[in-house]
Amino acid sequence: MSGTFLGTPAFPDAAREALEDSQLRRNLAHATGTIRTKRAGVVGEVDEWEQLRLAGEAIKNRVLRHLPDYLEQLERSLTAAGATVHWARDATEANAIVVDIARRHATDEVVKVKSMATQEIELNDALEAAGIHAWETDLAELIVQLGDDLPSHILVPAIHRNRAEIREIFLREMGNAGRAAPDDLTDEPRQLAAAARAHLREKFLRAKVAVSGANFAVAETGTLTVVESEGNGRMCLTLPEVLVSVVGIEKVLPTFQDLDVMLQLLPRSSTGERMNPYTSTWTGVTPGDGPQEVHVVLLDNGRTDVLADPTGRQALRCIRCSACLNVCPVYERTGGHAYGSVYPGPIGAILTPQLRGVGSDPQTDSLPYASSLCGACFEVCPVRIDIPEVLVHLRGEVVEAHQEAARLPSVQDMAMKAASWTLSSAGRTGAAEKAAGLGGKLAAKLGRSAPGGRAVLGALPGPASAWSDSRDIPIPAEESFRSWWKRTDGGRSRTEETAGDRSRTDDTAGDRSRTDDTVGDSSRTDDTSGGRDEA
Amino acid sequence: MSAREAILQKARRALADVPDVEPVLDVAVVRPAPERDRSREEVVDLFAERVADYRAVVERATSSTVVQQVAAALRGREPSAGAGPLRILVPPGFPPEWVPDDVEVVHDGPDVAVSELDRCDGVLSTAAVGIADTGTIVLDHGEGQGRRAATLVPDLHVCMVRADQVVPAVPEAVAALDPVRPHTWISGPSATSDIELDRVEGVHGPRTLHVLIVGS
Repeated sequence: MSGTFLGTPAFPDAAREALEDSQLRRNLAHATGTIRTKRAGVVGEVDEWEQLRLAGEAIKNRVLRHLPDYLEQLERSLTAAGATVHWARDATEANAIVVDIARRHATDEVVKVKSMATQEIELNDALEAAGIHAWETDLAELIVQLGDDLPSHILVPAIHRNRAEIREIFLREMGNAGRAAPDDLTDEPRQLAAAARAHLREKFLRAKVAVSGANFAVAETGTLTVVESEGNGRMCLTLPEVLVSVVGIEKVLPTFQDLDVMLQLLPRSSTGERMNPYTSTWTGVTPGDGPQEVHVVLLDNGRTDVLADPTGRQALRCIRCSACLNVCPVYERTGGHAYGSVYPGPIGAILTPQLRGVGSDPQTDSLPYASSLCGACFEVCPVRIDIPEVLVHLRGEVVEAHQEAARLPSVQDMAMKAASWTLSSAGRTGAAEKAAGLGGKLAAKLGRSAPGGRAVLGALPGPASAWSDSRDIPIPAEESFRSWWKRTDGGRSRTEETAGDRSRTDDTAGDRSRTDDTVGDSSRTDDTSGGRDEA
Repeated sequence: MSAREAILQKARRALADVPDVEPVLDVAVVRPAPERDRSREEVVDLFAERVADYRAVVERATSSTVVQQVAAALRGREPSAGAGPLRILVPPGFPPEWVPDDVEVVHDGPDVAVSELDRCDGVLSTAAVGIADTGTIVLDHGEGQGRRAATLVPDLHVCMVRADQVVPAVPEAVAALDPVRPHTWISGPSATSDIELDRVEGVHGPRTLHVLIVGS
């Protein structure tokens, strides 16, 4: 991968560009719609799903809250099983370790299993710089690599490409990297998969060194696990003489039995299958079977910084299933590139700023705002990461970081101060509501109609335009709720209607039953306070 | 300071808010209770149904019919050599009475080169565990199952699972496995969802998975 996320514009700008790409939006809507339906089907089969989520959350919390102990235990288990353990503070250290191992085996190529950790540290670039080709073997990664493109989804990095585009990339590029695609290749997925099979097989059979990540690393036994579909993972984990696995320190599980919970949660959340086609586990070196030299690189690269924030640390529970991407209304429309990180979507919006640190660059600081806070991501998360909670928390951190940096209060600060002054007094609030009502009458004449028929205002002038650029602003009601309540005694007395209400007068006679419904509804609203309203 | 020390020290500082108690006392893990009301037959039936859902071929067999069913599974397949009998990889410990007569047997072992595996038309193996809920076969690469590459490189995998090896769900399977051994969990033939998130069977692993559930 020669592409880089470096220099991606801040999310609102990147999103605006993505939204103009109608092909991208079609590809994404189709793909996320397909996977959402599949996930809902297989999750619905499991009666105790919520208990499983709670168990998954607890297992990861147990690990994270006692991480140093589990890391030391993992190191002991791995070493006892014949593996060599390396520690890397950051990307540079991790890359140097892998490059060094490849060099010691005098190889100019490695085969790779799809791994988020190695993407995060941009290992492929480091290997290329050392004259070592890194062949991605996952189909989607291959598409991204051959197309000199960037991944846009955790599970399906080429989700932004449709079959016709993939066919073109294969025809154009496969020959430059090894066995060419057949000339009569069609865009039928089965044929595209067959082309990848033929292209990669020679690489699997001759490679001496493989690089993988790991979905889980068991402290108790030193067992590593890779969950995959195509068999490219099995090829890399089994055929070469040397295996190097780059593992984020948050991937630890306490016991082997804990795999049961994770292997139930992950496939159903991820690909929407009861089980993924292949899961491999290995514990160090197995004599006579598979690589006889096994390395594990334990990677920090910002994870201990995430750990230091008691609210934000839950992001380290993530098992990279990508369910939150597939349900996110923002991701579905912008795609993954707009997030400017290998971790896109809702989880990326909380993980990336924490790994990189807030307050250092505008792109990273824009990510916690790349959300409507609808809460769908939390609902589907198999380890119950409260993503909206962390988003709001990080927004606070971004604001604080900028307050420290700037001496003058921002427009937002002043607006918030004014709102606080107004809302802290009933009299001032009433006066503001009246003014808003009058303004609303005027605005209704200037405004436009949003989907659903609600009247909204367009872009605001001046500094407020930064806020109104990507938002519809509802036109204030002519009469505030409080004044309506006072006038009608909470709807019990039917005094004369105000001018604006005239059209509704006819309905009022039959309103009693509807009012009762409404009362029932409002109590239900209280019950579901776990669900979130748009903010 | 070594990277190891630096990371561990930083992690300890990051967790200053966590009380210094045993992890199991700090965070309780409550798993869903296992289901107990399914009969053996229901479990095996579900296993067959769920394996078939992945578009694998599933058949019931008895130890005396296995050999004919293996022969039938191989019938009609083209030898990759172009002519002659099919070259079939047989792992050490695989019951010899289950190997049909009309194939060329390649006995697997650590010295058989990967390129040799690539010339095999299929592989026969037994299994360690079957999981009904998910339609999964688990190999622990013991007797009859071969090393991991054996059941990976050839394009056809015919796998014999004994009915009494089938457990209801994933937790029972994990409990039955020895963590020291390598494991391969197989749920249907090799597949990908990478093109428009539609599942396509057949990428790098065996494109055909043929499962025989061997009853008594």
